[in-house]
Amino acid sequence: MNNILIMIRKQMKDTFKNKAVLIQLILLPVVSFILERVIRPEGVPELMYTKMFAAMYMAMAPLTAMSAIIAEEKEKNTLRVLMMSNVKPGQYLTGIGAYVWIISMIGSVLFAVSFPAADMPFFFLVMGVGFLISIVIGAVIGITAKNQMSAGSVGAMAMIILSFIPMFAMFNEGIGAVARFLYTQQTRFLLDAMSFAEIKWDGAVILAANAILAVVMFFVAFRKKGLE
Amino acid sequence: MIQCTGIEKSYTDKKVLSGISFDIPDGQIFGLLGPSGAGKTTLIKILTGQLEFEEGSAMILQKNVRRLSGEDKKKIGIMMDQFGVYERLSCYDNLKVFADIYGTPKEKIMETLKLVGLEDSAKKPASALSKGMRVRLQLARVFMVSPEIIFLDEPTTGLDPMTMKQIHKIILDKKKHGCTIFLTTHNMEEAAKLCDTVALLNEGVIVDSGAPDEICRRFNHQKRIVLHLNTGEDMELPHSKESAEKISKLLEEERVETIHSSEPTLETVFLELTGRKLEEE
Ligand SMILES: Nc1ncnc2c1ncn2[C@@H]1O[C@H](COP(=O)(O)OP(=O)(O)O)[C@@H](O)[C@H]1O
Ligand SMILES: [Mg+2]
Repeated sequence: MNNILIMIRKQMKDTFKNKAVLIQLILLPVVSFILERVIRPEGVPELMYTKMFAAMYMAMAPLTAMSAIIAEEKEKNTLRVLMMSNVKPGQYLTGIGAYVWIISMIGSVLFAVSFPAADMPFFFLVMGVGFLISIVIGAVIGITAKNQMSAGSVGAMAMIILSFIPMFAMFNEGIGAVARFLYTQQTRFLLDAMSFAEIKWDGAVILAANAILAVVMFFVAFRKKGLE
Repeated sequence: MIQCTGIEKSYTDKKVLSGISFDIPDGQIFGLLGPSGAGKTTLIKILTGQLEFEEGSAMILQKNVRRLSGEDKKKIGIMMDQFGVYERLSCYDNLKVFADIYGTPKEKIMETLKLVGLEDSAKKPASALSKGMRVRLQLARVFMVSPEIIFLDEPTTGLDPMTMKQIHKIILDKKKHGCTIFLTTHNMEEAAKLCDTVALLNEGVIVDSGAPDEICRRFNHQKRIVLHLNTGEDMELPHSKESAEKISKLLEEERVETIHSSEPTLETVFLELTGRKLEEE
């Protein structure tokens, strides 16, 4: 069997036993599912909660899951054993990244069911792209963190910047001007518009720039620290 | 099979290994005996290609350890106390990950769990294992490949005598199957019992090496005989003509319970060579 698949399978088995990661993955989708249906107050536009939480989820879940998994394997020295068993760092990271992506996509099904069926392909596309960038950032944090503790706190900080700044941007134009350059803000715009026709070239450029920046950071971090 | 000459290793400015040379033939159990901090783990890391070193050369499987291929790594089993297990996965699933990586058939997993006496814990998560069981799980992982060389870093440190015995049995069994085994320990009884050859390592220097009983005999310069008398007394005599007469007389008088030679142990040899004890109390 291919080492990438082996890593995905190992992680799948771990999922239901790893409450910390599991909660990250299901908390927001479940909360938004309930809010949307049960306690949406009068006057709140339909799907507002779902879109808001989906945008937060994009930065939170994959980023923390990715960094937590890598940091734990480094700290518990299981990663060392994998490397000694000739699993290549690229195979490991691809496997874990693919796992986090798949699980995050499954988590977003709970958001998607609130949308009309016609919007689902667009929704999944936007989420899928956003997850990818978050996963790469999560990998950077996992690779550079000294231990699980520091991965946790750096991860929380990145998460707050990426998911809360776009939220505050709704109320403050100054923040909005900065938030515009975050992929989380761009994907948020896209979720609001919910249409392929609304994809603007400047938004696409910002998304691509975010992705490129994340990948560059990843390679710098990896060359400096490897998986030790 | 495992060969090294003139290995020198420093961490920043601290020398931890110096002038390490030995040659371990196929199928032997080689014991590296030394107190904590002597450099045992560092040497295993070097021999398995996990750690760079400044001087000298190290070869295993006729290959430079700096250039071990993926195929070579399949022939090497390594167990180090710093190696972790997947805490939340069951014993079986822990081994399954490595069986998959090595392309080892599934049947081998239960077989190996039986070998190390963990068949009843196959479904237990690793986090629920005792220290001894955890070591046996780590040992089982080594056998997910069919290694030609096995490196064991302090496989029995901190284990109860029962578990220790089981692990010794497994190690001897693997030797019977033709494996070469390199183990580190600070337990001299273990080294004397298991190893064909031992090297005594102190502060990064091998102070002596050879077969355990040969080393002990070599250091037998006291040459004394101890008699247990049936009166409960102990009598210590040098090797001499007078002693012989005395012993023969005592024997005639049927006053001797037992006669012992007082050969040194690896522990006393180590103490004599270094002024240090192997195990801190
Ligand atoms: N990564 C490291 N950086 C600096 N010093 C180290 C490092 N690893 C080990 N040492 C030092 O090297 C010496 C040998 O360590 P080690 O090989 O672990 O000994 P042993 O396994 O015999 O107990 C010790 O003095 C230890 O403090
Ligand atoms: Mg050690």
